[in-house]
Amino acid sequence: MKVFPMPVHSLLLFVVWLLLNNSASAGHIVLALFFAVTIPWLVADMRDEHPKILKPWLAVRYILMVMKDIVTANVEVALLIIGPIKKLQPGFVAIPINIDSDLGITILASTVSLTPGTVSAEVSKDKAWLYIHALHLDNEAELIASVKERYEAPIKEIFGC
Amino acid sequence: MPFYLEVIVCVSLLIGSVFLLIGSYGLVRLPDIYMRLHSPTKASTLGITGILIASMVFQSHLKGFLSIQELLITLFLLITAPVAANMIAKTALHQRIKSLDKTQNQELMEVIRDRETPSTPKDPT
Repeated sequence: MKVFPMPVHSLLLFVVWLLLNNSASAGHIVLALFFAVTIPWLVADMRDEHPKILKPWLAVRYILMVMKDIVTANVEVALLIIGPIKKLQPGFVAIPINIDSDLGITILASTVSLTPGTVSAEVSKDKAWLYIHALHLDNEAELIASVKERYEAPIKEIFGC
Repeated sequence: MPFYLEVIVCVSLLIGSVFLLIGSYGLVRLPDIYMRLHSPTKASTLGITGILIASMVFQSHLKGFLSIQELLITLFLLITAPVAANMIAKTALHQRIKSLDKTQNQELMEVIRDRETPSTPKDPT
């Protein structure tokens, strides 16, 4: 039995506990150590295999790009909400996706939900289609192309799948 | 508290509040549930972030060291908001809640609920 079955998670738990309490007193360090050892030990058997991050720098760039997109998305959606509602053309769109890992699909779906005018609704059983709802859909082909090129391509490259 | 810090705190509080207000207004104003999903997932992310930045600057000044727990809250929000939106969308589809009449591709709703592939797949290019 290993002391740290999931070393990264242990470190993460330790740091997050101290950050959440905003303190580095002896008591909290002991408590953080306790959590860092016991929680991974309890959940180690339940963990799924995740693909490794092959290109960490691309991942950092992806996060920065998504953060920028979130800000634009917020402003755009805010303008759509206060603008004329009657002119909005909502619609459902099916986006063909080509990612093997569940983690990759989750990240893609979450990104789509957080970025301009789209919320992901469902993934098809064969994991080949991502269904999204768009608040204002004026050019379906363009939306599909932009999601594929802007978000799907980098995710595939980061996880190599 | 120095003047420039007060300005930063005020501006981020104001921006945050405006976005939260618009997000809530959207809940009242948008006509169907699928459209209403958009307003809390997006307009409120920036709203909460603005308020948390204000809190971060203020607390850091008050305590004399950098307070980063607010960043964690933002991170958790970014992880959970899409999941919540996704679950609400799924539930709405399963309850067969009607979408607005002018919604495009309404025939997809049945397909989405059953998680099937669309019957006329569009060219993936």
